[in-house]
Amino acid sequence: MGTTLKRIIISGWQNFSRDGGIAVATIFILVMVIFLASTIFLSKDISQFLITSLQEKADISVYFKEFVLEDDILKIKEKLSQVPEVKNVEYVSKKEAIKRLVEKHPQLKESVQETEGMLNLASLNVNVFEANQYQPVVNFLENSNFKDQIDGVDYYKRKPVIEKIFSLTSLFNKTGIFLSIILIITAILVTFNTIRLAILNSIEEIKIQRLVGASNWFIRGPFLVQGVISGFIAVLISALIFSLICWFLSPKIEFFFAGLNLFNLFIKNLWILLLIQFATGILLAVISSTIAIRKYLKV
Amino acid sequence: MFKFKNVTKIYPDSSANSNDIVALGNVSFEIKEGEFVSIVGRSGAGKTTLLKLILVEEKPTKGRVFFEGEELSKLKPEKLPQLRRKIGAVFQDYKLLASKTTYENVAYVLQVIGASDLEIARDVPKVLEIVGLQDRTNNFPAELSAGERQRVSIARALIHRPKVILADEPTGNLDPYNTLDIIKLLLKIHEMGTTLILATHNKEIVNQLGKRVITLEKGRIIRDEEKGRFIL
Repeated sequence: MGTTLKRIIISGWQNFSRDGGIAVATIFILVMVIFLASTIFLSKDISQFLITSLQEKADISVYFKEFVLEDDILKIKEKLSQVPEVKNVEYVSKKEAIKRLVEKHPQLKESVQETEGMLNLASLNVNVFEANQYQPVVNFLENSNFKDQIDGVDYYKRKPVIEKIFSLTSLFNKTGIFLSIILIITAILVTFNTIRLAILNSIEEIKIQRLVGASNWFIRGPFLVQGVISGFIAVLISALIFSLICWFLSPKIEFFFAGLNLFNLFIKNLWILLLIQFATGILLAVISSTIAIRKYLKV
Repeated sequence: MFKFKNVTKIYPDSSANSNDIVALGNVSFEIKEGEFVSIVGRSGAGKTTLLKLILVEEKPTKGRVFFEGEELSKLKPEKLPQLRRKIGAVFQDYKLLASKTTYENVAYVLQVIGASDLEIARDVPKVLEIVGLQDRTNNFPAELSAGERQRVSIARALIHRPKVILADEPTGNLDPYNTLDIIKLLLKIHEMGTTLILATHNKEIVNQLGKRVITLEKGRIIRDEEKGRFIL
């Protein structure tokens, strides 16, 4: 058993090292497929991040009258958090609101300081799960027992923007699913091409091996070993290229989408990515050799 | 050792308005252990089909083929490797593993039957010396001449000392000098006690051998003679 295994491994290595162009072509195809699998995996996280950050921008603010105390606002926040449609409620104190306003518009710093006493900017920023859930939340606020404490809700003013953002994110979601399907189909087609290459390259060898009395495993084994070696090298190459791309693109992407660090995302998912890459590479090798041998074992 | 009992092999013809091709028609004969039998006939007479039935590359359309009392068409697929390990085969187109060297091609058969590394290291050089290829051990088939390739094929066929060797037109691609060498080799192997079945259409060789000759014509046996001659 040990001797046979040793011979299978040596034979697989010899086949791989002597295959030249075919080995390079197989690795290239495997790198492409592994790359696609990794991209699909990471793009899921990236699109989720983008969708969440876009949806976070779509919120409504509930402003309170000047006499309302912070404790009362926090109590209202608690009540609002319990509304099923509400995803998140953030309390922005007057001080914080002024700070944000100055940060956003530094040219207004002096005017803001002069009129600080007259400004009433304490608010609650409310996020919901779906665009059409804002109206029930607004209704809830307008019919609540604390409606007299509310100075205003900017929902009606922001309604078109909110709806636009939600329709955009929905489109983004659908596009993501569509692109994933395209990528998966591409991966499957590339896989079949790999299998076809493996078959074409091994028909004669398999027939000869069968005619001299080799058992199924003695034939299949080296092909498997060869495939695993190709898969392993392809994983190393794709992991290297992928990490370089992430590292290179990361600052550029972060410039456009603050908080989206591609390289950190890659490092965070490194093990699962490597697992996906190994599974893709080795699975492809196993499928290729199994189909090739099944087809030509009939000799 | 081998028994063909009313064996017919028909290949369907895919072209329209054509009849099926009868490669062998109701063939019956026996081959005893240690015999040297030449199967002769024109191209398309059914010689290769007959050898393919022995190697179970093909199954008979009708009739039965026996090897050591076992009916070959009833052999389970998982038993095929064991059968083929008892038979050495030499082909006109050599059928060498292109990605393996001369040494590796011959050693492959010993690996297949589970011989130890020691046995492989001992036997392969000996057999390569018998066929005169001791200096070509590290060459790949593409780097060898036709005669050398056929000698590798013979070395591979006899390395595991099979009970029988099938040689299908082993001299078909060779010049007269190499043809003579190959036939001498086959005779030497036969003298060591191996049953030899030679399919050929080389009249000169068959007449020189003075061994049993089965003559096929259009898939039927028209002559089966001890110390026969090539008569068509």
